[in-house]
Amino acid sequence: MQGSNIIFSDKPVNVSYDGTWYGLLTAVFDAYAKKWNVSGFSVIDKESQSDFFAEKVVVITDETKAQRVWLGLKKKVPKDNCIQLYRCYLSEIQGIELTIFSCIKFYFSGFESPQLAYGNADVLKINQTSKMVHREKHRMEAFVRFQRTSDDLYYAGIEPDFNVIPLLSEHFAGRYADQTWLIYDLKRKYGIYFDQQKVEEITLNFSNESGSQTSVKDVFHDSETLYQELWKNYFKNVNIPSRRNIKLHLQHVPKRYWKHLIEKK
Amino acid sequence: MSERLHEKLEILADAAKYDVSCSSSGSKRKNHNKGLGDALGSGICHTYTEDGRCVSLLKILLTNHCIFDCAYCVTRKSNDIKRAAFTVQEVVDLTMNFYRRNYIEGLFLSSGIFKNADYTMERLVSVAKKLRTENKFNGYIHLKTIPGASDELMHEAGLWADRLSVNIEIPTESGLKLLAPDKNIKDMIEPMTYLKKEIIRTKEESKIFKSAPLFAPAGQSTQMIIGASGESDKDIMHTANKFYKGFNLKRVYYSGYVPISNDNRLPGLGSAVPVLRENRLYQTDWLMRFYGFNVQELLNDQYPNLDPEIDPKLSWALRNMHYFPVDVNTADLQLILRVPGIGVQSAQKIVGARRFNKLGWEHLKKIGIAINRAKYFITCNSPITDRKDYTEAKIRQFILNESRSKFHTHAGQQYNLFG
Repeated sequence: MQGSNIIFSDKPVNVSYDGTWYGLLTAVFDAYAKKWNVSGFSVIDKESQSDFFAEKVVVITDETKAQRVWLGLKKKVPKDNCIQLYRCYLSEIQGIELTIFSCIKFYFSGFESPQLAYGNADVLKINQTSKMVHREKHRMEAFVRFQRTSDDLYYAGIEPDFNVIPLLSEHFAGRYADQTWLIYDLKRKYGIYFDQQKVEEITLNFSNESGSQTSVKDVFHDSETLYQELWKNYFKNVNIPSRRNIKLHLQHVPKRYWKHLIEKK
Repeated sequence: MSERLHEKLEILADAAKYDVSCSSSGSKRKNHNKGLGDALGSGICHTYTEDGRCVSLLKILLTNHCIFDCAYCVTRKSNDIKRAAFTVQEVVDLTMNFYRRNYIEGLFLSSGIFKNADYTMERLVSVAKKLRTENKFNGYIHLKTIPGASDELMHEAGLWADRLSVNIEIPTESGLKLLAPDKNIKDMIEPMTYLKKEIIRTKEESKIFKSAPLFAPAGQSTQMIIGASGESDKDIMHTANKFYKGFNLKRVYYSGYVPISNDNRLPGLGSAVPVLRENRLYQTDWLMRFYGFNVQELLNDQYPNLDPEIDPKLSWALRNMHYFPVDVNTADLQLILRVPGIGVQSAQKIVGARRFNKLGWEHLKKIGIAINRAKYFITCNSPITDRKDYTEAKIRQFILNESRSKFHTHAGQQYNLFG
C-alpha cells in the first residue's frame, strides 16, 4: 500500500477563492503545485473566521487547471464519485471545501478503488453530504409546480435547502422539451429559463410596485385556476381516511415545502 | 361544465384509490420526438396523501359502471353509489395538463367492466393511443388489462403502455369463487401468460433490431387484497412467488382490505385495516427479491404466518441461529445480507470498505447498520461486547425491549382482538 509521494509543507495555509466550482478545483491544483498544507478555505470578499496562524493565499480561477484536476479525478474514481464532490460543493455547508479537498487528496493517494473506503472519515462524509444534496435535487424534481402564465410560460418558484438549481436543467429540459419554462430559486435569487432550445441561467428584477393594477387573473392563463382546483380535488379524493398516517405524510412532505405546493397551500 | 368534471374526478379518483400500485419506475421511454415527457429509470413521487401514500400517477377509473359483483369491490354492481364515466378526451386533457404542471409522472387508468371485456379494453387502449400519437406524450402510462380481453387488444395495449397489470385480488382460488363469482382465475392467468410471452419476444427482437418498438417496457404487475378471505401469509406469499417466478412480474402489491360493506363474507365495517400485516408482507417480498431468500425459508407449513412482533428477517435468524455469528470482515455478501439490521446498501458498503481496513463497531455504525439488532449476529474487529451465548428467546426479548415499533399502537389494537 503506497501513500502519496507528495510531501505537503508544514505551514498551514488558508486559501481564498472566488466561490465557484472551477475556483475550488483551481485551488486544488495550486495546492498540489505549491505543496500547501491547506487548513481552510474562504470565499474572497466574504467574512470568514480567520485563522491567525495560517498564511493567506488567493487563488485565481483558471479553467485549464480546473479541467486538469477534474480529468485526473475521473481517472481515479468512477464518474458518479466525481459528481458527488460537485454535489457537496453545492451543499454550501460551512467548511465543506476542506472535506472535498481532503477527499480528493485521498482519491489521488494511490489506493485502488479509493471511493469504496467507507471507513475513511472524508470519503464517508462526502458520501453522506452528496446524498443529502441529491435528495434535495430529487425533491425539487417532485415538488416543482409550474403555473401557466397568460403568455404561455410555465413558471415555478422554489426555495431548496441546497443550491440544486444547476442539477435540475437536464431533467426538466429533457422532460418539458416542448414548453417554455422558468424555475426560480427565490432564496438565492437566480433561476433557469428554457426557451425550447437551451437552458439559460437568469436573474430577475421583481418590481415591488404593489400598487400596479395587474391582478393574478391577468398574469395567469385562463385554464390555470381550473387545473389547480382539479389537482387539489384529486389530491383530496385519493386519500384513504381510515389509513391516516400524518407522521409518514410529514416525513415525505416536510412543512417547509408546503407554500409552493398547490395541493398543500 | 367544470363542475361536472370536478364531480367525475371525485367519483373516479375515489374509486381507483384502492389500487395501491403507484410505481412509475422501470421504463425506458425517452422524449424522442421533442414532445412532452419521459419515463426513464426511477420514478418520482410528486406528493403524498395524508395516509402517507405516494402520488406519482393520475390514478383514475375510466368509469365505475360495472357488470361484475365482486364483494370486496366498492364499484360492484349491487352497490348503491353514484356512477360516472370520463370521455376519452377528458382523460387525455387531464393527463396532459397535470403533467405539464409537473403534478404527475403519468397516467394509471383502470376501469369498471361495462358491456364486456373487449369493449372496455378498447376504450382504455384508445386513451393511451391518443396520448402517444396525437399528443406526443412520452410520460408513464399504466393500463389495467381487463380479464378476458382479446390478445389483439392486449397487444395494442402493450405498444402504448409502459406497464400492464391484471389484479388477481384474492390469493386463493376458493376465496375468489366465494367473493367474485363472475371472475375466474383462467381469465386472469391467460392475459398474464400472453404478456409474458410478448415481453420476452419483443425484448429478443430489440436485441437484433435497435428500432424494434417498445412493448410494456416497465413489465407487468398484480395486486392481492389482504385479509378479505381468511387466507394465511403463506397462501399469499407462495402465490406471489409463483407470479414472480412463473410470469416474470415486476411487482406484486399487497393491499390491506379496507372494509366497504356489511357483507357477512367479509370483515365488517369498522374493522381495522391490517396495515401491520401488510407491512410484514412487503418486508417478506423484499427479502425474496433483494436478499436472496427463498419463500419456503420464510413461510412454510410449520410457520404459515409471519410474526407480527418482529420483522421476517429477524424471525428467520432466530429460527436459524446455527448460521451465526457472521464475521463481517470475511463473510460472503450473501451471508451478510442475512444479518438482521444490515440492509442491501450497508452490506455492499461493508464488502467495499473492508478491503481498506478491518471494520469495527465504530465503522459499522457510521456505515449505517442497526447495531442494536446486528450485534447479536455478527463479529467484527472490535472486542465482543454483546454476543454471549444468549438463547433466541433472550435475544428476541432484548431487541423488543430496545425498539419501539412504528406500528406499536396498531399491534396493540390487533392483539386486543384476540383478548
